[in-house]
Amino acid sequence: MSTHEPLTSSTATKVDERGRLSRLARHPVTRFVLVRGILHTLVVLVGVVVVTFGLILLVPGDPVRIALGTRYSPETYDALRAASGLDQPVPLQLLHYLGHAFTGDLGVSFRSGEPVTTLLLERLPATASLALAGVLVGLLIALPAGIWSALREGRLADAIIRVTSQVGVSVPDFWMGILLITLFSSTLGWLPSSGYTPFSEDPAGWFKSLVLPAVTVGLVAGSIMTRYVRSAVLEVLASGWVRTARSKGLGERVVLRRHVLRNAVVPVVTIVGIQMATLLGGVIVVEVVFAWPGLGRLTYEAVAARDYPLIQGAVLLMGALFLLINLAVDVLYAVADPRIRQR
Amino acid sequence: MTDAIETRQDPADDVVPVAERGPGTLRLLLRNPVSLVGSVVLLVVVLAALVGPWIAPYGVNDTDVSRALQGPSGAHWFGTDDLGRDVFSRVLVASRVSVEVALVSVGIALVVGVGVGLVSGYLGGITDGVLMRVVDVVFAFPVLLLALAIVAVLGPGLTSAMIAIGVVYTPIFARVARASTLSVRSEPYVQASRTMGTGNTYVVWHHVLPNISGPVIVQTSLSLAFAILSEAALSFLGLGVQPPRPSWGRMLFDAQDFVGVAWWLSVFPGAAILLTTLAFNLVGDGLGQVLDPKRRTQLAAQAGGR
Amino acid sequence: MPNLTKPFKPSAPVLAVDDLRVAIHGREIVHGVSFEVPDGGCLGVVGESGSGKSLTVLSATGLLDIPGASVSGSSRLGGAEGDVRDRVEIVGASRRTLRSVLGRRVGFVFQDPGTSLNPLLTLERQLTEGPEQHLGMTRRAARQHALDLLDAVGVPDPADRLHSYPHQLSGGQRQRVMIAVALACDPDLLIADEPTTALDVTTQAQVIDLVRSMQADRGMGVVWISHDLGVIGQVADEVTVLRQGEAVERNDTLGIFDAPQHDYTRLLLDARPVLGHPRRMPEPAPQPLVGVEDLHVTFTQRADSGTRRILAVQGVSFEVPRGTTLGIVGESGSGKSTIAGVLTRQTPADSGSVRLGDVDVLAAKGKEGRDLKRRIAMVFQDPFAALNPRATVSRSISEPLRVHHLLPKRDVDGRVRELLELVELPADFAERYPHQLSGGQRQRVCIARALACDPDVLILDESTASLDVSIQAKVIDLLLRLQAELELTYLFIAHDLAVVEQISHEVLVMHRGRAVEHRSSAELFADPREGYTRSLLAAIPPVRPRAALG
Repeated sequence: MSTHEPLTSSTATKVDERGRLSRLARHPVTRFVLVRGILHTLVVLVGVVVVTFGLILLVPGDPVRIALGTRYSPETYDALRAASGLDQPVPLQLLHYLGHAFTGDLGVSFRSGEPVTTLLLERLPATASLALAGVLVGLLIALPAGIWSALREGRLADAIIRVTSQVGVSVPDFWMGILLITLFSSTLGWLPSSGYTPFSEDPAGWFKSLVLPAVTVGLVAGSIMTRYVRSAVLEVLASGWVRTARSKGLGERVVLRRHVLRNAVVPVVTIVGIQMATLLGGVIVVEVVFAWPGLGRLTYEAVAARDYPLIQGAVLLMGALFLLINLAVDVLYAVADPRIRQR
Repeated sequence: MTDAIETRQDPADDVVPVAERGPGTLRLLLRNPVSLVGSVVLLVVVLAALVGPWIAPYGVNDTDVSRALQGPSGAHWFGTDDLGRDVFSRVLVASRVSVEVALVSVGIALVVGVGVGLVSGYLGGITDGVLMRVVDVVFAFPVLLLALAIVAVLGPGLTSAMIAIGVVYTPIFARVARASTLSVRSEPYVQASRTMGTGNTYVVWHHVLPNISGPVIVQTSLSLAFAILSEAALSFLGLGVQPPRPSWGRMLFDAQDFVGVAWWLSVFPGAAILLTTLAFNLVGDGLGQVLDPKRRTQLAAQAGGR
Repeated sequence: MPNLTKPFKPSAPVLAVDDLRVAIHGREIVHGVSFEVPDGGCLGVVGESGSGKSLTVLSATGLLDIPGASVSGSSRLGGAEGDVRDRVEIVGASRRTLRSVLGRRVGFVFQDPGTSLNPLLTLERQLTEGPEQHLGMTRRAARQHALDLLDAVGVPDPADRLHSYPHQLSGGQRQRVMIAVALACDPDLLIADEPTTALDVTTQAQVIDLVRSMQADRGMGVVWISHDLGVIGQVADEVTVLRQGEAVERNDTLGIFDAPQHDYTRLLLDARPVLGHPRRMPEPAPQPLVGVEDLHVTFTQRADSGTRRILAVQGVSFEVPRGTTLGIVGESGSGKSTIAGVLTRQTPADSGSVRLGDVDVLAAKGKEGRDLKRRIAMVFQDPFAALNPRATVSRSISEPLRVHHLLPKRDVDGRVRELLELVELPADFAERYPHQLSGGQRQRVCIARALACDPDVLILDESTASLDVSIQAKVIDLLLRLQAELELTYLFIAHDLAVVEQISHEVLVMHRGRAVEHRSSAELFADPREGYTRSLLAAIPPVRPRAALG
């Protein structure tokens, strides 16, 4: 939509880019979508907290005893039990957990005794930068490949892209990581095989340490997204308005840009959101392979140490992030689609 | 007056000759070279899973340190590991546990998910609202993380892995089944059946189930692929299949210590995972095309035109 | 072709198509069609489904985008004054040439106005992009041009509408915008592909008038594709009749209507439902079988913009005597199908009473309720969707028998054969699947299924609307015969008044949930009382082509 000058004095239906978001927030329908989205997210979020809490009930036996192993004093045992609230009846525990969770208190780690929230937030930047970089690499692959494949439907290029993307979807990401390390670190020695350099310490080192894990994650994410981009573009290509656009004698590039890609953006944003959420919680094994100090590795260590509060915290955080990303996608939908925006 | 003219004028008749049914699903599937390759690979994997232990040239845990870390050769096709165990035999035998975990876990997800989706989509209303919120909750957790947490809680092992993978793939089946049920439910043939006074059980059994089977079958094939990957990831982390039983994921984990020294340790188990997953994906993709009624007429037309 | 008559040729044609052939994946679908579009005149292309009419015209104008299609023959676009330099051969033309022709010299209007416009762009953008591309207009000039166009096609408040999105318009208005889009660069030729098929009859009449006046104003040629001879008669100067990819007859409109040369043209003309040909005489009314009194139905519709109550049916009353047909007519949204929903107990009524004989339909429970479902059967509109694709014909037809446990299992097959015979289908159809049947055959199967339990009342909800005319005529014959043989009572719900007149003893006209007129069919069609009925009747394309009247 253009930033055109007003034609008439009536500005009721006029839309321009700059004022759009603020006007949207005031628009009754968008507000309705927003409020409904937030309500839905809250309901599911409560469910997520309940499930997370329920995890510890599934532990066969006494979680504190299992966590402490064989050598512990009764004092340590009682202290840990009391600190994690496990000495209280279950319904009360749930209420406490719910209340604390919504204030950001996820209990203390069995292992280190530090607050779970602190531990998680320490590791979040590493994972977030990996997930973001992965989605970026993925998009760099998926957008051109998916669009090209759709435009060449049924031809050789399409077949090659489709089979290649199938291979990409089927590759175990940790195996890909091992192969990349073998090639680029052990053999060629171009890039570090593992570890993480914080951006604040050494931007170049940060980038170097990020390349291999990001490519590993991005190749798989890119393959998945290629398939979605392809089908989204194909669907729009088959629509009546694309035929109309062609019947106007518009150049293929204009048709593609204005009538195909623009309309395919909405479904593509969804899959990017889902990929982002998936990567945030799904790069566990890649983090282990690259010794990446993110949430995934933290969770892995927590599992090994039977640090149940930490496991719960990680699961909860990822579930909540997924829901927030989804909510953001829903709001983007409302911004992008006039059928939702103005009724 | 007969319907002779009418038969010939119908657009559908231009595509599918009235007297014959057109090629069967399997024939259409195998006509596509990509699906054909996928099916053949799948067949090989299933065979390996069935007879692997009997045809493996070496015992999976026969150690022979004098032969440790040898590259691929006539005696050891895939080389040997640090304990001198034959990698080929281990990869071959490990196929069974992978397929086993995938089948059982997807079976769990299929039964529970389709059940929930069917009930939810068919009954609608409050039942639908509640069931779908539950599904949303489970869906909110990243697959591997939730599986990891479940295994952590239940304790590592095969059964835990199966349950965990089954749980995390249930929501997707529920969603697929619900969406298909919703669309089938509003089909005129279901409405027609309702106006006759047909009971819910009859409608679900005779109209809904047969007509949602296509998407569910496709989802099953795709989920089997992802279940193979998830099992490999869990085993890689030491939470799935436990030694001494060989598994592809664990073999890859052990191979990490020999990166740059013995490439065969990581290449072959990984390739086995890739091929199996790929085969399930290709077959699922092919089934998706063949079972989609719109695509099917197209494919049948092309098949008939040649 | 043996029966081709040389068309009347006033001046050089805008479009001359010669021996056009279209093959898809090597199978020829269009077998050498030739026609010419007279300059400033309208060519009607008529044919039933599968005739390849859209395929022919779209490939002749370079807009065919089906993968695997190959076009041969010739299609020449001539200059308005026959200037040789303006001649373009469309078949085999480069993309660049096609782009300079499409939109600039040929404009298109398609069937479904709901999907022909991009939902994410304002009307202004969709109207200006053509002129910007072809006429080199600036944004500002193109905007003024778009405004003029919207005004010309009769969209109210064009200045405000420029900034609207397609979903904010009604179907008829969207089709007007589509016409404006097609005319934006003042083309020599307008291709109208079933442009009124998705519209109500009154809107259809408006769109026909609009295209005719635009054609007269601008002196452009028009190709109007339609399955409906009535519409073609109103718009076309010349007609080409297509059947299975062949042009069986070409003539001027009057010639086609008055002196059809080909059997198929005659079949089409005879089969089309035409007003003023009632096949029913009023009969002495026996005891009413169906009685509806003061029926009220409301729906709540939930949307993102909030909840809305829709008054679907407001105080409708009628009676239908046994063995007769009540035709219920109205445009989309008039509430006519809601009545069917109430009678089959799928839609709850707010108030009022519905009786079948002595039984209170709204209150019946248990065995009485189940019995009602046996006694009232229904046939739906779309025969392609009304049969379970995974069940054999035999299974579909016997479903009501099995549900109501009316027959012992061993007798079911016999009953299915009996029913197939009743609807004039061969007995070996029992083992076929729906995709092996044509549309007309499927609808016969649906009728057989509806008759399986010997119902008293058959509700026919637009049951012939999606069939080709030649098949529709045969299905109506079948329905008339069945009614006579089985003493069936019909509720015939339709938007096509001519079909309703043929089959109905009495007619109920619905408008926005109310019954505006309810009289015997003969009286109502001879002397409509209510304004709405009159406007409906006036909107129907007359039997005789416009050429015969002027």
